[in-house]
Amino acid sequence: MAEMISMRIAYGKALVELGRTHPDVVVLSADVANSDHSYMFGDAYPDRFFNVGIAEQSLVDVAAGLAFSGKVPFANTFAFLFATRALEMVRSHLCYGGAHVKLMGAYGGLSDSFDGPTHHSITDVAIMRALPNMTIVVPSDPVTLTKLLPQVADWSGPVYMRLNRNEVPVLYGDDCAPVLGQAIVAREGRDVTLIGSGIMVSRCLAAAGELAAGGIQARVLDLHTIKPLDEETVLAACRETGAIVTAEEHSIVGGLGGAVAELVADRHPVPVKRVGLADRFAETGPYADLLDRYGMAAADIVKAAQAALAAKERVG
Amino acid sequence: MHYHPESLIVDISARAQMARIQVLKMIYAGQTGHLGGALSCAEILAALFFHHLRLDPQRPDWPDRDRLLFSKGHACAMLYTMMAYRGYFPVEELMSFRRLDSRLQGHPDRLKLPGIEVAAGPLGHGVAIGAGMCLAAKMDPRARAKPSAFAAPSAQASPWKVYTVLGDGELNAGVIWEGVMTAAKYRLGNLTAIVDYNGIQQTGATADVMPTEPIADKWAAFNWHVQEIDGHNVGEILGALDRADEVHARPSVIIARTTKGKGVSYMEYDHRWHGAPPNQAQYEQALAELEEGLKPWQK
Repeated sequence: MAEMISMRIAYGKALVELGRTHPDVVVLSADVANSDHSYMFGDAYPDRFFNVGIAEQSLVDVAAGLAFSGKVPFANTFAFLFATRALEMVRSHLCYGGAHVKLMGAYGGLSDSFDGPTHHSITDVAIMRALPNMTIVVPSDPVTLTKLLPQVADWSGPVYMRLNRNEVPVLYGDDCAPVLGQAIVAREGRDVTLIGSGIMVSRCLAAAGELAAGGIQARVLDLHTIKPLDEETVLAACRETGAIVTAEEHSIVGGLGGAVAELVADRHPVPVKRVGLADRFAETGPYADLLDRYGMAAADIVKAAQAALAAKERVG
Repeated sequence: MHYHPESLIVDISARAQMARIQVLKMIYAGQTGHLGGALSCAEILAALFFHHLRLDPQRPDWPDRDRLLFSKGHACAMLYTMMAYRGYFPVEELMSFRRLDSRLQGHPDRLKLPGIEVAAGPLGHGVAIGAGMCLAAKMDPRARAKPSAFAAPSAQASPWKVYTVLGDGELNAGVIWEGVMTAAKYRLGNLTAIVDYNGIQQTGATADVMPTEPIADKWAAFNWHVQEIDGHNVGEILGALDRADEVHARPSVIIARTTKGKGVSYMEYDHRWHGAPPNQAQYEQALAELEEGLKPWQK
């Protein structure tokens, strides 16, 4: 059993370290800093931390003003609020206006499970992905989160980083060197490829283990950067394995699955099965139970892989 | 507060009226654009561009420039005209307004046209973005240095200042008031908002569409320093901008009472001229009236 580490605590620590190495980084909060743990940055660098109150539109606009003046702002609030309430600010000033603001979307997916569907964020990736010039990062574990955060700061342009609230399995060792924009091959395989983001990478790895027991060798890609999409690695998976399963903690409409399906349909058609939340809202409950109940269990990935393989054989 | 000689006031007033004529020509030629709110803010922008703002048109990205955030972006024909008059780009380019391949987009694009600080058009952004800029200015090491005994406090408070021009209809937007609270919380004395209070928005009088009065009381209640002036009186505008700069512990707002469609008799106070271009007969009458309005400043 992999070690479990809280993503929000890992984030708070990484943010403090970022503040040490990047003097131009400033952090903004819409008064949820003790939820997302950005308060740790505020404790370390009080002069570089701004709480603008429960005002997400202003949060993004104030961050844009700081970015236009040479700072590297990390704006923090719940993921769904960036993608819904503050969306016009994101579009007009980050994506169109070019403000290099980094949006830290806390409590992504179903990870704020007990607060229910009002707080779940199941359409944020689709919404952000539709915006020109946006970069979308969904780290799968504390190691990739910690190593990608400085790259997010240095990245030219706005970034939306979606963060998990909870303890998640540590997938990688310290030798892992993730690069923004490049998928990680988390497991090799030739029969089918499972492409996951966030918490679903760990479930893809579990599914790959089950498939291996049945003689199926599944490749697993950790697609931590959903936009820009690592087309080369995904197309190589199409060529070399001939069947794709996507797995995301998100609606199956327009997110990781949508991005992969669009690319595959255009460039190298092979069967694609999407695992995620069917186009609907979830409900309140324990996190792992919600993922299982709403179609994101490892068993769902296994089933999707078998269906993709069957389709591949029909085509092949 | 500085003394503003009559010659300066006459010069700025003349430029404002010339800019009205230019804006009329641009919007008539292209048959697209927003006249009413452009005509109402001519003196405000002329006073900023031709006297108050510290800027260098040859270096639009000069780090120590004052920032002008033109929040009521739909009226950008007037902004572009003032920028051209001030030397940011050739005056001839103004006639490309809203044409294909133009840098003068329908609403301002900060990446296309150097000197534009912020994309505008969707309303309500000027105060909050300005607050972010002011926070950055106050983080500048020079802003934190202890002022010498002889330096004016304003010289040390912020290496540069932020001015944002808002419409009165724009004050309907909730994010304006979010930004207003943030600016007050952080005591952003380096931020000044100027409300082009022309009393008309797209579909009617602001008093009918969404009443905003008592507007001065609202800003005061949010702990802003408030002034109310005649927004077509250049002497009053210059004086109010100076006084706003002298307030260091809180942000300032200048409620500039103006007339929508100023200078064209049939456009004044009429919301139908918010976004409609004139036909030939209307254009000729408007041109004649605006040229007549220039004469008092040319004697």
